[in-house]
Amino acid sequence: MKKIFIHEEYCMNCRLCEVHCIVQNSKTRNIIKAYKGESPKPISRVLVEEQGYLSFALQCRHCEDAPCLDACITGAMHRDPDRGAVLADEERCVGCWMCIMVCPFGVISRNVEGKRVISKCNLCQGEEIPVCVKNCPNEAIVFEEEK
Amino acid sequence: MNREGKAFSGEVIIRAITSLHERSNGLGGGFAGYGIYPDHKEDYAFHVLYETEESRKLTKPALEGNYQLIQEEPIPTRQIDAVQNPPLVWRYFLRPRLERRISSVESEEDFVVRTVMEINQKKEGVFVASSGKNMGIFKGVGYPEEIADFYRLEEYRGYLWTAHGRFPTNTPGWWGGAHPFGLLDWSVVHNGEISSYGTNRRYLKNFGYDCAFYTDTEVVTYLFDLLHRKHQMAFPLVANILAAPLWDEIERMEDKEFYQFLRAVYGSALLNGPFAVIAAHNQAMVGLNDRIKLRPLVAAEWQENLYIASEESAIREVCPDPDRVWAPEAGEPVIGYLR
Amino acid sequence: MAKGKITPEFKILRDMEKCVSCQVCHRVCSNDAHLYDRETGVVTSEDSRCVGCHFCENLCPTGALGIRRNPSEIKLNALWSGRAVEDIARQSATGGVLLTGMGNDRPFPVYFDHLLLNASQVTNPSIDPLREPMELKTYLGGKPDRLEVKEGQTREKVLKSFLSSQIPLETPILFSAMSYGSISLNAVKSLAMAARESGTLWNTGEGGLHPDLYPFGPNLVVQVASGRFGVHKDYLEAGAAIEIKIGQGAKPGIGGHLPGEKVTEEISRTRMIPEGTDALSPAPHHDIYSIEDLKQLIYALKEAVRYRKPVGVKIAAVHNVAPIASGIVRAGADFVVIDGLRGGTGAAPRVIRDHVGIPIELAISVVDQRLREEGQRNRASLIAAGGFRNSADVVKAVALGADAVYVGTAALVALGCHVCQKCYTGKCNWGIATQDPYLTKRLNPQIGARRLVNLLRAWSLEIKEMLGGMGINALESLRGNREQLRAVGLGETDMRILGVKPAGEAW
Repeated sequence: MKKIFIHEEYCMNCRLCEVHCIVQNSKTRNIIKAYKGESPKPISRVLVEEQGYLSFALQCRHCEDAPCLDACITGAMHRDPDRGAVLADEERCVGCWMCIMVCPFGVISRNVEGKRVISKCNLCQGEEIPVCVKNCPNEAIVFEEEK
Repeated sequence: MNREGKAFSGEVIIRAITSLHERSNGLGGGFAGYGIYPDHKEDYAFHVLYETEESRKLTKPALEGNYQLIQEEPIPTRQIDAVQNPPLVWRYFLRPRLERRISSVESEEDFVVRTVMEINQKKEGVFVASSGKNMGIFKGVGYPEEIADFYRLEEYRGYLWTAHGRFPTNTPGWWGGAHPFGLLDWSVVHNGEISSYGTNRRYLKNFGYDCAFYTDTEVVTYLFDLLHRKHQMAFPLVANILAAPLWDEIERMEDKEFYQFLRAVYGSALLNGPFAVIAAHNQAMVGLNDRIKLRPLVAAEWQENLYIASEESAIREVCPDPDRVWAPEAGEPVIGYLR
Repeated sequence: MAKGKITPEFKILRDMEKCVSCQVCHRVCSNDAHLYDRETGVVTSEDSRCVGCHFCENLCPTGALGIRRNPSEIKLNALWSGRAVEDIARQSATGGVLLTGMGNDRPFPVYFDHLLLNASQVTNPSIDPLREPMELKTYLGGKPDRLEVKEGQTREKVLKSFLSSQIPLETPILFSAMSYGSISLNAVKSLAMAARESGTLWNTGEGGLHPDLYPFGPNLVVQVASGRFGVHKDYLEAGAAIEIKIGQGAKPGIGGHLPGEKVTEEISRTRMIPEGTDALSPAPHHDIYSIEDLKQLIYALKEAVRYRKPVGVKIAAVHNVAPIASGIVRAGADFVVIDGLRGGTGAAPRVIRDHVGIPIELAISVVDQRLREEGQRNRASLIAAGGFRNSADVVKAVALGADAVYVGTAALVALGCHVCQKCYTGKCNWGIATQDPYLTKRLNPQIGARRLVNLLRAWSLEIKEMLGGMGINALESLRGNREQLRAVGLGETDMRILGVKPAGEAW
């Protein structure tokens, strides 16, 4: 299964990954409209962690044995059989936040302004390459087969 | 060339080159004959072209200073309509005054090379066409058959003859610019254009060869002299320098270090551009193509005779039924040695 | 009160319709030229801090940013340009030497732009590089005039020792000396990886050799400069050749200077100097005060590597470059590098960079001619450096007499440099001329090497096209072949020195 791998030595903390994730998850998929027009502004599923000059983009790891899958009470959290990604069905989510509590990486967010459900990376369903990877100017995140 | 050294009439070569009339434009033609002065075998036979009688008189002291004058005479010619305003053509049989060498290390041949170059560069209106023993170059502005007529070439007999018809482009036709180009007993006829001329010329300067005539054949002649006579390389090796194999080919060769060395050291002697040359000296005749064979060259054998020409028709004109006819490979020399 | 206005060199234009306040520009600018106001949520710009490196413009996701030149509004004056006036203002305020980076930007004549190449037609066919082999291979190193096997030697030994003294190059373009210290380790890694992949060489510059880079030794020229930074036995053995640096085109006659702030722990270890101290390279090598001293150093280095590697010398192109080069060849150098007026640097006083030295085109012509006149052109290879912008410049340099060409600025531009000339500040946003870990991350050597390989490949293909057009299929037939060049718009003296005829003149 292809996953997103991190090369933190090349991350420059520009956060363009976050910008493009916001655009990708917006209604219009147009950056100017997404930032200026849409309300609530979509949130980014990828977050750049930083400490000193070390930084890297972190999103859902789509774990092989994902704790969130077990924790989900409604079955909204499920695995996509094709890509192997862990997906969240926002229609089914009731906002119990159990997945957020069990996630060891802290990559699930609460979408408080919208439907009050969770928000998580879904490996850009429908795209060949996740947009964060495609738009990273320094190839600090890559999308490849696990070795 | 008759490899047994048996002389044949100049008529043979005249007939051959006449058949290639269409390839020239009448602005240059010439011949080289070897074995034509058997009575003066040990003397250097200089063929010199003078623009005026003045220039001849002014040159005489230079010749006498460096050489013992055995005999001097105008080369016998006949007047023909096609050749207008010919220069004075003289021949001299000379022996070098060895006490005039600049050092005891200078060999007799180097002495001749140096003194001939001095005359060619410094004297106005003079051109030494050939300076070898028992050979001579006859050339001028006109179709080769007209030049042959002018010089009464049918009266000469030699064991090796070369001829050339010129279609000059880069330099205007002049008597000295026609082929063959000569130095010592070398003669070179050449079809094509050397695009590495600038490089070759400056490389030769390192070794004391001054190219003054802006004809690319000059560098070919001097390179043969440098590599074969001074650096003592056999003709196949000379061919490997002038028409060097590709680096990729060298990688696959058995003796690859040697060929890498050769190319690295003699890179500036590589002749680039399309060419077919026929070089000759008293002991041999060599035909060579550039390494991607952009000019035609055909060779043939009949008994002890070797023929090399731009076209097969020229060969068949004088040898209707050769034992073997072939087109040499790019960069592969055709060599005829005097036995 | 005498202060003097310094006009900001650049103006940052921000199209507010397009700006989405994503703050990318604010985060990445090392000069803090973009500011984010948390209260209003708006990003604004401070023009005076912008150095014109265009990094933010490159990253802006909406294309809202434009960096524009902001010419000085000092009254137009043919003699007293805005720069001349403002330089005096700066110097009277600080009392300091004005520093700069990269190469000479003044409008001295660029001779390459007055030289044109030949193409073969009719009398001589051009060669199609797509169908016929086109050879760019060349060997660097001194060559004998002929094969001589002396008493007690075998032919095999002579050949082997010759070939080991030569460096084969797949293309005549090498990466110029740029020290680890003046540029980041990631930049050096990019050069090393690209050199290996393209079959050419890179150069340590004065910075010594970082341990991570020893595997790239077979493609490396190690430099022994006046400060002798990082020079020890393993260092000399590590490379394929050794280069004694006497001078460089950007600052002939003076030494190098790496400020103490840039001497981090790693640099300190690599250069073998204490951390935080200025790395000062003296102007002359303090053991080379005359040509015979140079000969001793050349042979000392040859002994140190047991004659198994070529040893060359790099000089700046100055007025007497021809006799100096001739002396260097006689002193035993296997290659001579000549760095012209436009050579680059990480830091130099601007007045030296702009006013000292001569153009590389003239230097190569006179050195090549002089060596040939003395019959010693074969004894050393000539490498030209200083301001090669494209493959045509390379071809013209070879035609003037160079064996190969060093590119510095062009390589950095391939890595992203926009020649803002602020290298000496150590704040290079592209991660090239800096040691700041926040900034060096920005240069991913995988990407850098890829771009450099692309550049070399593109130029090599263009060179093949030009050679084919001239009817030449091997680089050695172009070397010194001035017949393939013609001059336009040059005076007689210039043409005589270059050895080139005017356009329109045939053979």
